[in-house]
Amino acid sequence: MPLNLEPNIPDPDGFYDLLLAAHQGLSKDESDALNARLILVLANHIGDVDVLREALTAACNRSE
Amino acid sequence: MVDVRYDIAFRLYPYEKVPDQDLPPKRHPVVIVGGGPIGMALALDLGRKGTPVLVLDDHEGVGQGSRAICFAKRTLEIADRLGAGQAMVDKGVVWNVGKVFHGDDQVFEFNLQPEGGHKNPAFINLQQPYFEKFIVDEIRKAQDDGAPIEIRGCNAVTGLTPAADHVVLTVETPDGHYQVEADWLVACDGARSPLRDMMRLSFDGRVFEDNFLIADVKMTADFPTERWFWFEPPFKDSGQSALLHKQPDDIWRIDFQLGWDIDRAEELKEENVRARVDAMLGEGVAYTLEWTSIYTFQCRRMQAFRHDRVFFAGDAAHQVSPFGARGANSGIQDADNLAWKLDLVIRGLAPERLLDSYSEERVHGADENILNSTRATDFLTPKSEMSQIFRNAVLALAREHAFARPLVNSGRLSMPCVYDGLSLNGPDLLDGPKRTRVGAPAVDAPLGESHLLDHLPEGFTLLCIDASAPDLEAVDGVSLTHLNLSAEGNPLLADRYLGDAEGAVYLLRPDQHVVARWPAVSADEVRAAMQTALGKDVGCP
Ligand SMILES: Cc1cc2nc3c(=O)[nH]c(=O)nc-3n(C[C@H](O)[C@H](O)[C@H](O)COP(=O)(O)OP(=O)(O)OC[C@H]3O[C@@H](n4cnc5c(N)ncnc54)[C@H](O)[C@@H]3O)c2cc1C
Repeated sequence: MPLNLEPNIPDPDGFYDLLLAAHQGLSKDESDALNARLILVLANHIGDVDVLREALTAACNRSE
Repeated sequence: MVDVRYDIAFRLYPYEKVPDQDLPPKRHPVVIVGGGPIGMALALDLGRKGTPVLVLDDHEGVGQGSRAICFAKRTLEIADRLGAGQAMVDKGVVWNVGKVFHGDDQVFEFNLQPEGGHKNPAFINLQQPYFEKFIVDEIRKAQDDGAPIEIRGCNAVTGLTPAADHVVLTVETPDGHYQVEADWLVACDGARSPLRDMMRLSFDGRVFEDNFLIADVKMTADFPTERWFWFEPPFKDSGQSALLHKQPDDIWRIDFQLGWDIDRAEELKEENVRARVDAMLGEGVAYTLEWTSIYTFQCRRMQAFRHDRVFFAGDAAHQVSPFGARGANSGIQDADNLAWKLDLVIRGLAPERLLDSYSEERVHGADENILNSTRATDFLTPKSEMSQIFRNAVLALAREHAFARPLVNSGRLSMPCVYDGLSLNGPDLLDGPKRTRVGAPAVDAPLGESHLLDHLPEGFTLLCIDASAPDLEAVDGVSLTHLNLSAEGNPLLADRYLGDAEGAVYLLRPDQHVVARWPAVSADEVRAAMQTALGKDVGCP
């Protein structure tokens, strides 16, 4: 299955809230650590190296 | 004069003057420079095959100081083929349980349940001097049985001049220097390889800016036979990581990662080493310091391991970080790979280009080892702020979640190299198990009370499992021994060699790597595969 770059989260605002809420009150270091853990948890859930590679590429090729 | 660079643990080959020192240079088929584990294993292998070999070492025995402690199954299997394996396993420590700590807390514990049906354990811990001694002991036995092996201690090679069909060496001894000629020369002279410098060959790679303090301590304390590894250890001044690991004779290997900017002499002072060890072991544990050393490491290799008549093997050819114990373990595979090729070429049974495959295959092996140990090193010593953050995230998650544990890398165990897709490989026509594919070393399996690898003869083998073999006893003068087995009532043999197939025929090289495999095969097909494995140009006109 290729990487899905189309809208896929049913409640975008709700998800965004969840993400920010998780970081609420954390220092920069704590937030960095949380992000790293989150990436690892999600990457394991995806599990497919091809999809992960595509995701890394998509994340690297952002336009500023 | 010959410089003494290290103390001797076992004085196995004291200097003796030989008549050659006063005679014109004598020609030898093979000269090996360096009597470390790799040079000695190669000498033993060649000598057992009947090819005369001379070993020149600049010391009189095995060096003090244990260096390598972890020897993997493939190494033990190769040592077994050479007759030295049992002594190693008998002396070595077998362990299965490992614990990983981060600071004060245990992150997780693992148990490397060994897979059944192998003669040898997945690995043993054994001090390197013992490993080397057992090989030299076996050389002595082989010599008694007539193997043409000669070891000259306190013979330091100080000069090398290549000639058209040989190499001339200048050798320094306590009685002055003399010259030796070699048809083929193998440099097993270690990571600093003077021969490599004499030939002005480069040794490129990556230097890691870190220092590790090793202390081998002797204590009778009741620590379990486990491997304990700390990331960011909690005890005072212990550096970024630490390791505690059991060896035979009540000796424990302790390793501290000290960082780059250190004062070596200061750190090696006994009171400073003891302060660190005390902090780790806790107050009141009595021990003696057997050996201490500080090492830095590189991951690098030569471009090619064959340079006309000169081969490089072991640390002289490639160097890796100690994580994952790949130095000696990979060097032994170099020796295993080179011995049969050199033997056949010297006997005129294979073309010289077979020798190029040594470089092709072992460069492939070295790259695999360098990749693995570089990855371990990057995990142990994160090189950026973000890699540190990810590393610690992995450790944090590993406490609760199984998924993160395989990401924890404190060194991956050395696995045998598979020569996937390289020149000596024949066809893989069996839809068989991946682990015994073409290019892989034969996997052990139980055979009644014994084991498969013990039954493999020297030389090429045609292993037929529930399949009939074509009538072929030799190819171009190289003999082919048949081994006929049945997998009936032997599920492990079936699992490792047949998979879903009814039967299979495997062609194995003298180093036990698979050349080709078929569900059924004709004599012509076996002949063609064997010619490929001998480096002969066959193919279509
Ligand atoms: C701290 C540490 C831990 C390690 N742990 C492991 C481990 O657990 N497992 C593992 O597999 N590997 C390990 N290694 C690596 C292992 O020690 C080496 O890979 C191994 O010793 C290489 O063997 P060698 O025969 O190629 O070279 P060496 O052992 O270096 O032998 C070279 C020999 O050549 C001789 N020599 C040098 N110059 C000349 C000359 N000019 N003339 C004549 N003789 C000469 C030397 O005296 C020596 O006898 C470790 C290394 C270190 C430093």
